[in-house]
Amino acid sequence: MDIEIPRLRELAMSDSGFVFDPMTGHTFTVNPSGLVLLRLLKQGTEIGQLCEHLAREFEVGLGEDLARDVQDFIMQLRECELIK
Amino acid sequence: MISGERIDASVAVTGMNATDNPAPGVAVARALRHDPRFAGKIIGLGYDALDPGFYSDGLLDGGAMLPYPSAGREALRERLHWAREALGIDVLVPTLDSELRALVALAPELQAEGIHTFLPTLESIERASKVQLPRLADGGAVPIPPSEAIMSVEAIPRLAARFGLPIVVKGVYYGATVAPTEADAVAAFHRFAAQWGLPVIVQKFVRGEEYNVSALGDGRGNTVGAVAMRKMMITDKGKGWCGVAIENPELLRLTEALIGELRWRGPLEVELLSESRTGTAYVIEINPRFPAWIYLSAGAGLNLPYYAVRLALGLPLPSAMPRYRAGTLFVRISVDQIADLSTYAQLAAMGSLRPAASPAS
Repeated sequence: MDIEIPRLRELAMSDSGFVFDPMTGHTFTVNPSGLVLLRLLKQGTEIGQLCEHLAREFEVGLGEDLARDVQDFIMQLRECELIK
Repeated sequence: MISGERIDASVAVTGMNATDNPAPGVAVARALRHDPRFAGKIIGLGYDALDPGFYSDGLLDGGAMLPYPSAGREALRERLHWAREALGIDVLVPTLDSELRALVALAPELQAEGIHTFLPTLESIERASKVQLPRLADGGAVPIPPSEAIMSVEAIPRLAARFGLPIVVKGVYYGATVAPTEADAVAAFHRFAAQWGLPVIVQKFVRGEEYNVSALGDGRGNTVGAVAMRKMMITDKGKGWCGVAIENPELLRLTEALIGELRWRGPLEVELLSESRTGTAYVIEINPRFPAWIYLSAGAGLNLPYYAVRLALGLPLPSAMPRYRAGTLFVRISVDQIADLSTYAQLAAMGSLRPAASPAS
């Protein structure tokens, strides 16, 4: 699945998971796995590889739960218009 | 500091009334006072001996009361002449809508006396007014929600049908309300007409997020600098209590288009609305002066009041203006200032404030 991330690239993120969108002034917080996902997406990692990265980073299995959580997160980013 | 950046002039700033609906004067004065390039004096001008800015420790080098606008232009001219002689004023930065037209008219006389200003023309002020603003949309350069200035409440059903409900009802000088029904719109019409007079402006409601941009035009159609901001908290009067500087190219582009179209000279604030459904940005209002949050521009690295004073003095601007830092916040605070009765006595009895031995540092 191709996604466009111009807005996401502009986000300012702190190590604590605090995120600032300089375009809209909105701020939000993400948990550690959300922060890893945002950073991976910002680096241009493809969605298909996100689960593998997360599984390695957090030492969890590559199961359906993980895939669903990643999809949910991607959907939330779309709703916030941070990715297209 | 680069040679030539220093300003050593005496700058008078109006609007010392910093209450919960603050005038911008204190913010403009702070922006100058805290800029290391500013080595001049700041004279506060206000309309009430208890205007809080007069009591702000270290902010002002002097102050004076002005006659209310209802006293007329001649009274204002005489008072400014007095202030120039008694307190020394090289530059005047007005911050209130109500005094702007008179000062624009007086500007040549003030200039002849040595009081420099950098103000828009009367024509551009009119074109930016609430009543005239919708006409700017006709050229297509500046999107503005459809609006109509009405003199009679009978126009409301027609406009409700044309724009759909809810609709926005605005006072000619101040205030706006979103009316969910025609009856609410009628009530708002009467309220604004009684308070501010006619016409009352009715505008199509656009659902979205509000943003503000403060900018400085050079009078030839160019934008000297602009800072965009989103309010993060507002008071019950709709005033921003804290906000964050943002970098939104579309908002800045619209502001530049507006300044180009109006050939705006001096400071202004543009209120914009970004429609949730389409992402289209609309201009909803223009204020012909710095906003009360303008200290954020100094805090974020693009001190617009400092550059306004440079322009008034005819001093050159840098070839490349600094970029401001998106993500810089302002958070307003209410504090009780302790003052000596003599300060109040000077203002109340003499109408001016001349601190004795210790000028602000």
